[in-house]
Amino acid sequence: MSADVDNPEVTSEEAKEFLLPQKPKGESGWKIFSKGIILENPVLILMLGLCPVLATSTTARDAAGMSAAVLFVLLMSNIVVSLFRKIIPNEVRIPVFIVIIATFVTIADYTMQAYQPGLYKVLGIFVPLIVVNCIVLGRAEGFAYHNGVWPSILDALGKAIGFALAIVIMGSIREILSKGTWFTLKIAPEAFQKNAVLFFGLPPGAFLVIGLLKAGINKIFKREG
Amino acid sequence: MSQGLLAILFGAIFVNNILLMRFLGLCPFFGVSTRFSTAIGMSSAVLFVMTFATWITWGIYQLVLVPGSVLLGGILPQGLVFLRTVSFILVIAALVQLVEMFLKKTVPVLYSALGIYLPLITTNCAILGVAFLVIDNKFGFLQGTIFAIGTAFGFGLVMILFAALRERLELAPISKSFRGYPIAFIAAALVSIAFLGFTNMFGISP
Repeated sequence: MSADVDNPEVTSEEAKEFLLPQKPKGESGWKIFSKGIILENPVLILMLGLCPVLATSTTARDAAGMSAAVLFVLLMSNIVVSLFRKIIPNEVRIPVFIVIIATFVTIADYTMQAYQPGLYKVLGIFVPLIVVNCIVLGRAEGFAYHNGVWPSILDALGKAIGFALAIVIMGSIREILSKGTWFTLKIAPEAFQKNAVLFFGLPPGAFLVIGLLKAGINKIFKREG
Repeated sequence: MSQGLLAILFGAIFVNNILLMRFLGLCPFFGVSTRFSTAIGMSSAVLFVMTFATWITWGIYQLVLVPGSVLLGGILPQGLVFLRTVSFILVIAALVQLVEMFLKKTVPVLYSALGIYLPLITTNCAILGVAFLVIDNKFGFLQGTIFAIGTAFGFGLVMILFAALRERLELAPISKSFRGYPIAFIAAALVSIAFLGFTNMFGISP
């Protein structure tokens, strides 16, 4: 069931390192936290968990809502998995992780439905689908199961901020180009808002924006693929 | 919802294509669509599991979880709808393992063709996504089945289209920073624009 690991879909070595169990390396807390934000950004560098990034980045506000849900689930599941890591038997660890993650996903799902019904309607099934997001399961298996609570919290925060950074950048670009607004603030001149490029709010716009973003990142970091 | 079955089928294949319009199941889309043969293998595995998973999750939801259900209605009148996410993912994970064992024993030919793709499907968000969508759209059993089959065909169609595209992209002279993912995304954007043309077919909009 640990599908992500020996998986032809995950090709790069860095992505494997992200998902496979790593022994504690004795890295400083700051390094554990900061790795996930830029250098090992789960979305823009490792290309993991793409579905919500493309689907819920129509506007910056949707993107921020999705990031908050992912932050909550990732942080709580990392904390609980690392607290119980000595009790969870190795053979059934993946089903146990899934149940832990699904519990927090359900909490996030119902909380958002109750307090942010408008946002919940836009995000739709992508909130319950956090349960199969490979960033969350990958960190439970790859980090929290082998590390203490404090490093696991730092790791979850770093990875969630990296995810949020990627999806909010996508959401901002798409919202500004397709509506002329940013977090629903009118920032572009009236003339642009009337003739905004609707294309970027549609599904093909999402593919184009992330393709160009990734190419730009490859250029800056001198990477390939 | 009393949509015609034909509208559900074509809506699922073209108008609301699972990969290009709904953005579900993108990991196998970008990971496995590099070769024609792997695209076909993955698509048939998805068709198989998606149909089974929709049947089982629909049954569990209608018989056990829904308020006033047949099995638990007497004991728990409020229902257990909040267990939807956790029960669906566990059932799908177990189902995939069962299907794998069953095929290995009874149809080894099919197993050798689909074997390596089956375990990947557990974490494929398309399967769980379709299970949720069938519930959210209030589909009946037949409608749900048609929706699942249509979605799987839509998945297969785009996977195969894209595999053919990417086999050519490998030989194309592409600038260094665009190789791999970026050019695949841009190609997906172009195919997605083509699929936008299906909007409002059968009066269904995305």
